[in-house]
Amino acid sequence: MSDLDTFRQEIRAWLEENCPPEMREPVRDDDDACWGGRNFTFKNEAQKVWLERCVAKGYTVPDWPKAYGGAGMSAAEAKIWREEMVRINARPPLSSFGIWMLGPALLKFGTEEQKVHYLGQIARGEIRWCQGYSEPGSGSDLVSLQTFGEDKGDHWVVNGQKIWTSYANKADWIFCLVRTDKTNKYQGISFLLFDMTTPGVSTKPIKLISGSSPFCETFFDNVVVPKDQIVGQLNRGWDVAKYLLGHEREMISATGGADRAGSLGATLGRNGALEDPVLRAQVALFDVDALAFTCMSEKFMDEVKIGRGHPAQPNMMKYAGTELNKARLELLMSAGGSTALEWESEETEGGALPRSWLRTKANSIEGGTSEVMLNVISKRILELPGA
Amino acid sequence: MPLYLNEDQAMLADSVTGFLADEGSIKKQLRHYRDINCKDGFGHALWKQFAEMGLTGMLAAEADGGLGLGHVEAGAVLKQIGRNLTPSPFLTTSVMGVTALGEASADLKGRYLPGVIAGDMVLAVAIDEGAKHRPERIAARAERSGNGFRLSGRKDFVVQGASADAIIVAARTSGSDSDADGITLFAVPKDAAGVGHNSVRLVDSAMASHVTFDNVELDGSAVIGEVDGGRALLNKVLAAGRLGAAAEQTGVASGAFDITTTYLKTRKQFGQLIGEFQALQHRAAHLYSELEIADATVMKAQQLLDAGSEKAELMVAVAKAKAGKASSLAVREGVQMHGGVGMTDEFDIGLYMKRERALAEFLGDQYYHAQKVAELSGY
Repeated sequence: MSDLDTFRQEIRAWLEENCPPEMREPVRDDDDACWGGRNFTFKNEAQKVWLERCVAKGYTVPDWPKAYGGAGMSAAEAKIWREEMVRINARPPLSSFGIWMLGPALLKFGTEEQKVHYLGQIARGEIRWCQGYSEPGSGSDLVSLQTFGEDKGDHWVVNGQKIWTSYANKADWIFCLVRTDKTNKYQGISFLLFDMTTPGVSTKPIKLISGSSPFCETFFDNVVVPKDQIVGQLNRGWDVAKYLLGHEREMISATGGADRAGSLGATLGRNGALEDPVLRAQVALFDVDALAFTCMSEKFMDEVKIGRGHPAQPNMMKYAGTELNKARLELLMSAGGSTALEWESEETEGGALPRSWLRTKANSIEGGTSEVMLNVISKRILELPGA
Repeated sequence: MPLYLNEDQAMLADSVTGFLADEGSIKKQLRHYRDINCKDGFGHALWKQFAEMGLTGMLAAEADGGLGLGHVEAGAVLKQIGRNLTPSPFLTTSVMGVTALGEASADLKGRYLPGVIAGDMVLAVAIDEGAKHRPERIAARAERSGNGFRLSGRKDFVVQGASADAIIVAARTSGSDSDADGITLFAVPKDAAGVGHNSVRLVDSAMASHVTFDNVELDGSAVIGEVDGGRALLNKVLAAGRLGAAAEQTGVASGAFDITTTYLKTRKQFGQLIGEFQALQHRAAHLYSELEIADATVMKAQQLLDAGSEKAELMVAVAKAKAGKASSLAVREGVQMHGGVGMTDEFDIGLYMKRERALAEFLGDQYYHAQKVAELSGY
């Protein structure tokens, strides 16, 4: 038996023993996810136990080094970990922008001290992070951002406003793009970290068309940020941001991918929603695209692991994955008929479907619009002129 | 198994890429044989070169004199055949024919496999009856007669049928037209009495036959596999052929895409390169994404088929449908982005469109296979 087979058996046995049955139920909404942080309230004991057990083994971030709270798994081992998690439908022990976004950036750009400190907190689910990127005047054209950090010797004083800050009202810390040089557009931005309880930070939730408020406006009024809370070099925050956006795009593209591997038609067919032959045909064509995209996701991940594949490929994944997810919800709405219009009834769990449908419209806007993705593919992959 | 070629597969793909870019080019093969109105629709000299490269018998078992390779490897060859629009009997002979003969008697193998492997013989496959691919319904009948069978019926879209040394025919030996059981595969030799060809040139310049079988006498040794139990073997041949066609389609698509993006970088209008226009950039970028997804899907299906996975049937259907959808978009966008010259015979892009059309129809179009995906998914 190869080492990897042995490893798989160990993981399988550990999961069997340690993953509580409640944590093998599908995640229905954000409330079911464990986000960690100072103010997090566990939904139940199983969620808490599952997190603690994984933290103890480094399994919240299996492929991070042990010194930073991970389990030090190789790429092949991490794949086995994911496969075994999927096999028993285990929920992720911890959902976190720290894991998905800040962590990879710190691993690449952070100092040793920062890695030990911040990565450890992320791995243990102690600090919940949010991301301060977009501003009211800087959406797709992110690099035009205006939030300014004035140099005061041993600290900056930050003033400005961010928007679309996911869960800013629930987050403990923020990683934030701040202009530190007004004379240089690209090389005048720094990547700063600071505590959301710092005086001068305030948040205001934004009510969306889905009725929920996962995003906030975030205001900075003379916020003091010590100089050691910068990631990467002064004025080179754009490099960190670009790197991190790559991870964000991978994460968003994944929502159209492996976690929705099941056939849409199989689900709808069971509910008798496919009597209309034209709708059934549309669903079948969608399933072709959806199943094909699961192959693409698998290939993409395999290539990432060996450093193959075009560095701009996450943009393609993000584009294709989010468009697919939008198409999926359109079909679910059509199949649902007038039931899918119910916004508040108990039978529809408070209009879960129409709310999800509306939520997916943001998929192709947040983290770079589909149009920006196509621009990047044109320029960096196809090398079309003037793009 | 990771979704990229391993070292051996990459080496094979490299050598085939060079070989076909040179020897299998549009100028040397497709245009040449088309312009001389070749009755076979392909070149025998190149087929002999395929044999010298070891490609003709790549799917045959080593015990049968082949290389014992799989669909990933055959797909690497077909992708390059597609890129170069190379007219070749490879798909029908070395993929479908060899897959069928894999379950034939030693006697039947001996009759055809050495000739195929040597590049001296080609095989055709006769499945379709009517203009659309509907292999669930087979009406051509072979009745028992003495020690053998007597075959009657009609088959359509038999690619390179008139050039083939043998035609592998799916016929009904019992039951009614739409029964799953009662199918038998036969290897019908070229010179059998009662075989009639109405051979026609197709849109892509390939030759295909409407074949009639009029009381064709076959002895028992012409049977491939089990009498009445041929559906499973037929499905195996179909899976190999469909996935091969899908691989070839991704090659056609990549060839069309490359010449189109090259054109976007050289053609000027309104004082600028047309590739600078965002309207075209976004369409090209969308197409890129579709082609990447189709490639990944075809490779996944190849790996599943080679591994004998129970998921292979579903993923082959997904692959043929997705490759069809993506390659169709590639050639349509290709012609449109070429503008007026895209309509001329002088430019190659139109040849890609024609080849894609034929491959799309071969062994089921994207609608047939989307329907298959629905059925296999239980709805």
